[in-house]
Parts: sequence; C-alpha cells; structure tokens
Amino acid sequence: MAADQSKIRNFCIIAHIDHGKSTLADRIIEMTGLLTSREMQSQVLDNMDLERERGITIKSQAVRIVYRAKDGEEYIFNLIDTPGHVDFTYEVSRSLAACDGAVLVVDAAQGIEAQTLANVYLALDHDLEVLPVINKIDLPSADPERVVEEIEDVIGLEAQEAPRISAKTGLNVEEVLEQIVNNLPAPQGDPSAPLQALIFDSLYDAYKGVIVFCRVREGHIKAGMPIRMMATGAEADVVEVGYFGAGQFIPCDELSAGMVGYITASLKNVKDTRVGDTVTNADRPCSEPLPGYKKVNPMVYCGLYPADGAKYPDLRDALEKLQLNDAALQFEPETSIALGFGFRCGFLGLLHLEVIQERLEREYNLDLVTTAPGVIYKVYKTDGTVIDLTNPSNLPDPSEIEYMEEPYVSAEIMVTSEYVGAIMDLCQERRGIYVSMEYIEQTRAVIKYDLPLNEIIYDFFDALKSRSRGYASFDYEMKGYQRSELVKLDILINKEPVDALSFIVFKDTAYERGRKMCEKLKGEIPRHLFEIPIQAAIGSKVIARETVKAMRKDVLAKCYGGDITRKRKLLEKQKEGKKRMRQVGNVEIPQKAFMSVLKLDED
Amino acid sequence: MNELELYVHIPFCVRKCAYCDFLSFPSKEDLRQEYVNALIREIRGYGKRYASCHVPTVFIGGGTPSILSSTQIQAVFSAIRETFRVDPEAEITMEANPGTVTEEKLLAWKGAGVNRISIGLQSVRDEELRMLGRIHDHRQFLDTWRLVRQAGMENVNIDLISAIPGQTPESWRETLRKTVELAPEHLSVYSLIIEEGTPFYEWYSNGPRDPQSEDRGRGAKKDASQDARDGAQGPADPAGASGSDDQQYPPLPDEETERLMYEETENILTEYGYARYEISNYAKPGCACRHNIGYWQRKAYLGIGLGSSSLIGTTRFCHTPDMETYLACAGDPGKICEEEQFLSKKDEMEEFMFLGLRMMCGVRKSEFFRLFGIPVDTVYGETLKKLREYGLLEIEKETIRLTKRGIDISNYVFAQFLLS
Repeated sequence: MAADQSKIRNFCIIAHIDHGKSTLADRIIEMTGLLTSREMQSQVLDNMDLERERGITIKSQAVRIVYRAKDGEEYIFNLIDTPGHVDFTYEVSRSLAACDGAVLVVDAAQGIEAQTLANVYLALDHDLEVLPVINKIDLPSADPERVVEEIEDVIGLEAQEAPRISAKTGLNVEEVLEQIVNNLPAPQGDPSAPLQALIFDSLYDAYKGVIVFCRVREGHIKAGMPIRMMATGAEADVVEVGYFGAGQFIPCDELSAGMVGYITASLKNVKDTRVGDTVTNADRPCSEPLPGYKKVNPMVYCGLYPADGAKYPDLRDALEKLQLNDAALQFEPETSIALGFGFRCGFLGLLHLEVIQERLEREYNLDLVTTAPGVIYKVYKTDGTVIDLTNPSNLPDPSEIEYMEEPYVSAEIMVTSEYVGAIMDLCQERRGIYVSMEYIEQTRAVIKYDLPLNEIIYDFFDALKSRSRGYASFDYEMKGYQRSELVKLDILINKEPVDALSFIVFKDTAYERGRKMCEKLKGEIPRHLFEIPIQAAIGSKVIARETVKAMRKDVLAKCYGGDITRKRKLLEKQKEGKKRMRQVGNVEIPQKAFMSVLKLDED
Repeated sequence: MNELELYVHIPFCVRKCAYCDFLSFPSKEDLRQEYVNALIREIRGYGKRYASCHVPTVFIGGGTPSILSSTQIQAVFSAIRETFRVDPEAEITMEANPGTVTEEKLLAWKGAGVNRISIGLQSVRDEELRMLGRIHDHRQFLDTWRLVRQAGMENVNIDLISAIPGQTPESWRETLRKTVELAPEHLSVYSLIIEEGTPFYEWYSNGPRDPQSEDRGRGAKKDASQDARDGAQGPADPAGASGSDDQQYPPLPDEETERLMYEETENILTEYGYARYEISNYAKPGCACRHNIGYWQRKAYLGIGLGSSSLIGTTRFCHTPDMETYLACAGDPGKICEEEQFLSKKDEMEEFMFLGLRMMCGVRKSEFFRLFGIPVDTVYGETLKKLREYGLLEIEKETIRLTKRGIDISNYVFAQFLLS
C-alpha cells in the first residue's frame, strides 16, 4: 500500500490504571472492523494471559487499523497500548517515542490521578499532541463537567471539546476516532532520505527469530536491504517487514517514513538489537542516531533460582529473552548454599518483579524459587570504601562497617480527605518523614512523604489500597540515600544458617520481623524424623525461636480393597511435596518457604 | 488354579453416621429389593468368565449389610454359589451393625454359609456413639453380641474408633477393656479420620492438625448450621440438641492424647492375647482375616455392587457410584465399570511394598524376586538402607518389616517406596 503520510495517525492511549485504556482500545479495534465483535476477546491488546487475569497492561502492544472517516477518506491508525502502573513508566516512555499523538483517557468519576499526570508529562516531553477523552460517563457517579474543569486547571489542556464516552458500551467512541483524524498530527519525514528508524520494542519468536518493532522517522525500509544497528554496530539483511494486525504480524512491501511496523533480519544474537537504538541503511547510513531512551535503573533486587537445578541454563536463556524488550530487567549470576545456582535480578518495583517471575513461569515453563526482595544498601566500611549491597549475604562483618545508608523515595499520595488520617498513619508506621500536604481541591489532597524504599517494596500498595478503600493513588521517585540503623537478620534452621533467608532490616523492627519469620517458617517446614529448631539471629545473638516438632505418628488408617488407589494418591502427594524441597543440612525446606518472607504482614 | 476373592457392597444404612464417607445411604425397602435384583443380575452376568477360579473368601460389606432381609441375603448367596466356585472352607464375612441384627437373620446367614461376623461397635460410651452419629447405644450392642454368639458364630470381629471428639484416654481404655472382656476373635482399630464431604468435615476441618497425617481436622467449628439442614434422615445430632444454633462440638483429642490412646491400644490388646498382624488389625492366634490379608498380598479380588473396587490381573477398576446407572446396567459389566487403571511393573512393585509392609510379618525378598524377576535390593537398595538406618525398617535375611517406630510413621515409610 502506498503510504500517504497525511492519512497516517500514530498514537497511543495513556491513562491511570483502571481508567479504561484497554477497553477503549478494544472498542476502537472493533469499530474499525479489524475484528468482528465475535472474534473479539475482551482486551485484545492485553495478549498475555497474565495481563487479562490481572486486568493490567504490562507490555506495550501495537496494532494497525484502517478507519474510514466522515470526510470519506481512509486513515491508517497505528495504535499503541501502554501500561498504566508506576513500575512500567519506562514502557510508556518507549511507546511514546513511536507516536505523534496521545489519547488521554480520564475516568469521569475518579478524575485525574497520579499516573494521569505522570503520563501526560511524559507525552508532553515527547512533543506529542494530547487529546483528552472522558470515559465511563455511564457510571452513576460520573461527573464529566468536573473532570473537564480538572483537566483544564491541573494539566492546562483545553478540554471543553473532549469526547464524553463510555468505552464499555461504545457510546461516542466514534467521536474519538474523528478527533484523532482531525486533531492529532500526521507524521513527518522524508521517505527518500537515508533510513532512520527507532527501535521501540522487540521480541523473540521461535520461528522468526528476533522481531524488531520500529517507527520509521526518515527514509524507508524493505526486505533485502542491508541494515545496521547504530549503537551495537550489528549488521544484517532485512528478511521481512510488515505491520501489526490484531495479534499477528502481516508482512508488507516496505515501511516508509511515518510508519510503524516490524522488521525481521538475519540477526543471530538477541543482544544485537537494543531497544532505543536506531536502525539505518548500511549502504546509505543516516548522519546520526535518533535520541534513545533514558536508561532506567532497577530499585528492587531479589534472587531467582530454578526449582530444578538442571534448569539453570534455561533460566539464563529466558532472562536474556525477557531482557530483550525489558531494558529495566537486570541480572547477574549468584550462588546460594541453600538454593544452588541462580541469578540476582534487579527490578523497577515489586509488581515488575512479580510480572517477570510469572512470565518466566508461564511463558518459559520454569519453576522458580524467589528470595526476599531487597533494595541497594550503601555500606561504608571502616577502610573508607563503599559497597553497593544487593545481596544480604555479601554484607561484611559488622566490625568492618562504619555505617550504612538506605535509599529513600519521595512519595506523592493522592487521596480523598476522609482517608488522609489513615494514610498518614500508614506512612508513619513505615518510617515515613512527613514533607507536605496540600488540597488540590476541596475533597482531595496530595500528601508528600519521604519513605525508605525498603518499606514500600513489600506490600505498601496493598496497604494503601485497603486503608483508603481503593481511593488512594501513589507515585514515587528516588530521592537519595540516608543513613540508617540497619542489621542483617539471619535465619538458622537446625542450627545451620540459610543464606537465602537472610535479609537486611531496620534495627528497631528486627525483633518483630524475626519473630514473624520464625512463626511463618514453622508453618512451612514439614515435620521431620527429628526436632528442628528455627532461629532468627543478628550476628551471634538469637532473637527469636520456634521449633518444628518431630514426626511422631501417622493417623491409623485402614486400607482395604477400595482404599488402595486413594492410598497411592495420598503417598504420591506426600512424595511430590518432597520433590519441591531444598535440602539444607539434614532438613528439607519447601521452596515456598523461601518466599514466605514476602508475606510476613498478611496475618 | 486361580484364586478370586469376592467383595459384595451393600450401600444401605439406617442413617448416615457423621464421620462416614463410604458409599452408603438410607433407603426404602423397594430400592433395596431392586438393588438385590441388580446384584444378582451382575453376578449371573459373569457367567463362565471366572469358571477357572475358586473363591477362598467372600466379604459382604457396606454400609450396613445386615439391613437386608434374610431372603435378600439368601438370594445373593445363591447367585454367588451358582456362578462362582466357593471353597468349602471359605471365610465368609458379613458386616453387621447393632440395631439391625435379629436371631432370624443370623440363622439365615448361617444357613447361607456365613462363618465370620464383623460388628461395628466403635465405642462403649453412649455419648461418644451419639457424637459419631451411630444409631445404637452400648446396651443394643451387647444384645447383638449375645445373639451372634448364641447363633454359634465363632469368628467375630469388632470395629473400634479412637480419637473421637470428646474422647479421653480413660474413656478409650474403658472401650478397649470392656470390648476385650467379651473375647472377640478379632479387633479392627482405627483413628477417626475427618473425611471431606462428611458433617465432621464441616465441624472439624479448620485446617490439618498435622501436615504428616491424613485428613485429620483440628478444633471444633462453632457454626453448627450444617447439621440442621440435614433433617431427620441426616446424620445424628451429637449433642442431642437439634435446632439449636449455638451448640458446641467437643474438641478432637490433641496430638499427645491421640498418641497416648494409640500406645494404650497395643498395650491392652497385647495383654489380652491379641497379636497385631497389620497396622490397624489385631487377632487371636489363627483368627486373622484372610480376606483382608488378600488385599495386602495383592491377590485378585472382584468387587460386586455399587462403587466396588476390583483387582484382576494387573488392572484395578471400580464400579459406578451412581445408583441409577448401576440398576440399569448391572447385568453388563462393561457399562458399570469406571476408572480403569492398568498397573505397570513399577506400580506393582510399589504396591507390593506399601501394601505388604502394612502386615507385621512384612514382605519376603524371595517373593519380590519371584514376582518381578529382579532382586528387591536392585530396585530399593538405597531406600531400604536409609530406612533401616533411621530405625524404621527391620531387615532379617529374607524378611523386610516395619519396626515399632516404622509403624508409627508408616505413611512416611511407604512414600519412600514410590519410584519417582
């Protein structure tokens, strides 16, 4: 298809989580006839099982659709769905670089939330035209006029003309499509200039190899063309170019300036393509690469180990493939006495960690053991050196430590006035330092706290949601390091320290954590033929203890003709349980015990 | 010549007990007659299929088989004897529950060849019997016992249950002593197991008391609404306070108490001359139950009737638990058969160990070699060595058996014999 730039619109949909971004994307896809409603699975673009189950978007997804507008012309829309969660800001940022405009979805009842603002600012940073849309006007609590005012006051966007829609029912969605045509700019760029294309994502496909998602800024690209990745220097010949159908790749002849699509090429190594890199024609290169993306740094670390030690290479392979389109994921090999060979992995946050873990388990069929997540501590040693500590096991002997620092974040919590008290209590409990509070309107306040990152990586989101009945929203950014009284808590099982269970904790909460940890482990470790003491210790001082009693006797059960099959199943279950255990000294520890530290605050 | 043990299932009872998860339910007389007719169709349907087999044992179990009339039982036995070659010396057991046994029935059973009776007593304490939802009290049991002995039954088993809610070591000792004083030939003793789908499960399943044990529950649940909805035909109301919502269920004995009861069982029964020959079975010399030993020795058995299980050759299968299907198709074995399981050699070796070791005489290495053509040490050498080091197995030349400690934690031991 010959590409007429004026008939192309590249845009994304941005929104706070739950404001209906994916639903709107679905409706647009359905209304433009790309899929009949019978073929529609709810939330077409959330094609990971995980995304559908959790109702969140994790990976950006792109789709090309054709819209016949009221002016009688056909337009090509490249729609890119983006995640809404704070952990995935970097994903949003990458997608925005491929767009010329953004549709901002705001919930007609909830109005502007933390991520609404964050995403709008990101879009404006990328010089995108922003088109506001008020969604969920079918809700009884919808107040579109208030939200319009809010958008104008808080963001400073003209919003009187914003379509008032219900993505769920399809009401007024047509108006959104028309405004995309009329108000969002068409792409620029010279199709005959040297090729300059930005890689905004990539994935690995078992048949096609590495699939590079790109936005062509200048020039054009087609099969057979020799290309070069400007940052890595890798060169290859293009095998296929195409665009994104719904859930499938549709080959085409060429991609020219302004278009969004994919390339496959004779690339051997997944590391050759880096998200943010610029693709150019090897025979006729452009003068300079496009600006890339800001590098994101992981903030949360944990150990990931294959449940089956033999799967270590598979885990490495899987992590490499995930890293391909998830620049924020970092990993390096580590060894644990209890868990064997694995990786210390860095994530943007706990949700990111969970998502990676689940993707490894589902998409790569790996059974994983995860150790307690931690942050990067700075250890100032008496000899004047400083260590960045990501693994508690590497903490030097206390005698060599001058002092330690832990990372703090500046947190901004937006909440309706009735929950201000509850949220402030929560922040105090988490060692927060109050910064400020201001009311952005009569019933809503923005509370600012400095919080230790360590205190929010476990279950802060959940606590926030439950104490505000879901009304609080939360955003944070790294603030820096502050000196703190920290200790390493070791867990000894049957007198043997289990390295994978050690963690760094604020001194004053160490006793409480140690006690809960022992209690939790007592429930997780099955009885053995002997008694097993479980101890929590700081250095050589034991601060908590529990005991798993020895196995003494089974219940006396009968076993006659009709019971044998069932008996076998029971024994198999018992045996199967054993397989999922890790041997530490004489004790078999179930794998999930290593993760139980994650859930200390549940009961 | 092949042996084939027969089991006949009678899925009827007067009232379902609160702990019972067997396939059994109260019924009207017409259904019982229809069922007996179906049983006879099933038996006759086997025709000449098992003509080459002789039958060393027959076991009529339930439910409460003694609920059937004399005529019905006689009809079942006639069909069995017409179809199968029952040994003249066969052990023929009938399960009977107090409250359903009469002199007339006993005579009929005797006439049909029944020579062993198994009575469900469970406890001598009336409040414990009520708790379990039994229909009888201790006095009724004594009446039944007297009738059974008067009828000349000389091989009688009594079933007992320990760890009943509210039971104490004293009351358990009383149950044991009052029972052994009657001098039955055989005793079966189990711990109460809280099975899913029973009222007890509703009352007591607040989580496993001990991850190592089977499905035991812990702690009485306060909510008693469960039993109210079951109405007259439902399980007994243990506290005798039907309709009252705030009733409390007595707690299950704790682990230590249960352990104490368990130790007392062996002490007292040994004192009275009973030998433990299987994990939960005790007998006077020469009175061990041949039929049940067959299960543990993996002899072939054919289950007849609703939901019954069979082992024929290397296939385990069981019958439909659906009464309607059974009544409609009883004459056609193919149609009532469900859940066929073909045992591999590995399955058979595992079963040989975990069933055989249930018996105190243990298993013989030569028998393993004879059956599987491979020495037991080649297959289980490591496991045997480890379990012996742990003091759970005793290995003397030919014989492998559980030690006392091994009996205590037999599930742990058995699980070790599963080949990955």
